[in-house]
Amino acid sequence: MSKPVFVITEQREGTFRKVTYEIVSEARRIADKLGSEVVALVPGNAVSEIAQELGQYGADKILVAENDILAHYITDAYRKVALEAIKQVDPDVILIAATAQGKDLAPRIAAGLGVALATDCTGLEVDDGKIKARRPMYANKILADHAFESSPQIASLRPNIFPAQESDAGKSASVETLDISLSDDDLKAKLKELVAGAAGKVDLTEADIIVSGGRGMKSPENYKILEDLADVVGGVVGASRAAVDAGWRPHAEQVGQTGKVVSPQLYIACGISGSIQHLAGMSSSKCIVAINKDPEAPIFEKADYGIVGDLFEVVPRLTEELKKVVDK
Amino acid sequence: MNIVVCAKQVPDTETRIKIAGDKKSIETADINWILNPYDEFAVEEALQIKEKLGAGKVTILSLGPERSVSAIRSALAMGADDAILIKTSDEYHDSLSTAKALAEVLKDMEFDLLLFGKQAVDDDNLQVGPMVAELLGLPCVTSIIELDLQDGKAVARREIEGGAEVVKTQMPAVFTADKGLNEPRYPALRGIMMAKKKTIDEKEVAIDDSRISIVNIEYPPSRKAGKIVGEGADAVPELVKLLRDEAKAI
Ligand SMILES: Cc1cc2nc3c(=O)[nH]c(=O)nc-3n(C[C@H](O)[C@H](O)[C@H](O)COP(=O)(O)OP(=O)(O)OC[C@H]3O[C@@H](n4cnc5c(N)ncnc54)[C@H](O)[C@@H]3O)c2cc1C
Ligand SMILES: Nc1ncnc2c1ncn2[C@@H]1O[C@H](COP(=O)(O)O)[C@@H](O)[C@H]1O
Repeated sequence: MSKPVFVITEQREGTFRKVTYEIVSEARRIADKLGSEVVALVPGNAVSEIAQELGQYGADKILVAENDILAHYITDAYRKVALEAIKQVDPDVILIAATAQGKDLAPRIAAGLGVALATDCTGLEVDDGKIKARRPMYANKILADHAFESSPQIASLRPNIFPAQESDAGKSASVETLDISLSDDDLKAKLKELVAGAAGKVDLTEADIIVSGGRGMKSPENYKILEDLADVVGGVVGASRAAVDAGWRPHAEQVGQTGKVVSPQLYIACGISGSIQHLAGMSSSKCIVAINKDPEAPIFEKADYGIVGDLFEVVPRLTEELKKVVDK
Repeated sequence: MNIVVCAKQVPDTETRIKIAGDKKSIETADINWILNPYDEFAVEEALQIKEKLGAGKVTILSLGPERSVSAIRSALAMGADDAILIKTSDEYHDSLSTAKALAEVLKDMEFDLLLFGKQAVDDDNLQVGPMVAELLGLPCVTSIIELDLQDGKAVARREIEGGAEVVKTQMPAVFTADKGLNEPRYPALRGIMMAKKKTIDEKEVAIDDSRISIVNIEYPPSRKAGKIVGEGADAVPELVKLLRDEAKAI
């Protein structure tokens, strides 16, 4: 049997992030091709209850690392626990989410182990017993397949790309506790404050539907019509850099090369011209709708469906029509 | 306060990337090279800290081929004091080899703060900053949008999905800059003139072989030609129908 595929999971306040199911599912797929098992690390402070759940997504073995210091993500503690677990498990492949947490943690682990890392992958294949990692480079302008010359092979995976398999209540995993010693002295940097955003709000990177507004929105107040549309379809609001730099929307909502890279099922671009830097952030959306009054706007070249018109007329009408469909 | 900013030269974000004949690299002939946009945030932050304290030095450290000098000059023109170039061939060096070479030079330097961009917009790796931190055993906060120095400690704010973290760290420390940290200044003419006179210290460092390689590059599948559903609000019912029946997006 080949060495395990190891997954570093992510949870917040005792609930796994959606991306964790995606990555465990992908780990299962890879492990089946390699003929190896999936071992998942669950760090947190009260996580033994939820850990077992990962068995239903294909994990064979779960390592629980519980400590008050792990209650919320903090680099020094998580890297220590991850490196300790890796030493014990001795995996050939390590998968982690390309989230705020994973992007911070993965390079620390790779450098700690002296091995390479492929960041923000959108596809994984097994080729001759080794991983081939596909990832966008140059702001999504090209896709590059990477081969590793070091082991373990570490890849961080972009959220919302890899499908999570249906959970199977018939499957379970063995759960073990990872012995760890952690104290405040391990932390050169400490979490001083955790600022929670609007409760229950889905992050852009995980949203199924994004309604995005650009300079064509003309004022911050006008975003109300996008929020109304987003509410009807259960989506969230995004923005172009022009709107963020004008101070209309927070930076966290910026989509694009210097903002977030998103892959929702549906991206509705309103009053956004479709600059190369904006496209870099949303061109992997499954379906793109553009509403723009300029028929020459480049966004129409990338959109699956376009309406040429004044967004202040089109968007409210769209909200009305979708309400009829969704209510049914 | 000594601040070192690691900065890289990258293609202009408007550049049309062309795949080279080997299907493993890109054509570099027509590229307009710039200072990595995220590194501009790092340089700006360093300059603002120095200006606020009224003392200190900002040093730029870059690894790359000879042409990287122009990106270094951009940073010097913004107001950085001096610069070091670790000169390499034009071939691809992975993040860990780059981080090791930077760490090799940094370990003999004295600094209180070490700043990076969050990501280089060519390889989009988001690795080199935290890797250098790991190699040097320094604390690191990535993707920061605020940085405050108080009583020999640094407090940084970083955005996470649906919120933010405020992290307090010992110094020296490593930070990687995200958009939102500041507004980078445009170099003034005087700055550009002065930058031309500053010397760039060149260093030779042995660079590890890459532990990851690109075996194939392709363009993303082009999206099939979209359709203009219609004009104005009257086109909305048709759009909804397509979204539901054809795209199955709602
Ligand atoms: C290094 C760098 C990084 C960048 N990163 C990003 C990034 O991450 N994200 C990003 O978005 N941009 C980014 N940009 C900026 C980018 O180049 C564009 O300037 C920006 O995307 C334009 O935003 P916009 O489409 O909202 O505005 P504009 O280009 O001004 O487009 C506004 C559109 O609204 C339409 N419009 C106006 N009124 C109406 C109406 N009533 N009804 C319908 N349509 C209307 C217009 O026809 C126009 O097409 C970056 C630039 C650089 C140099
Ligand atoms: N060759 C290099 N020389 C100097 N700094 C670099 C180099 N490569 C990357 N960096 C720094 O590391 C950051 C992240 O780069 P990357 O990990 O390649 O996305 C960049 O924004 C730079 O600050």
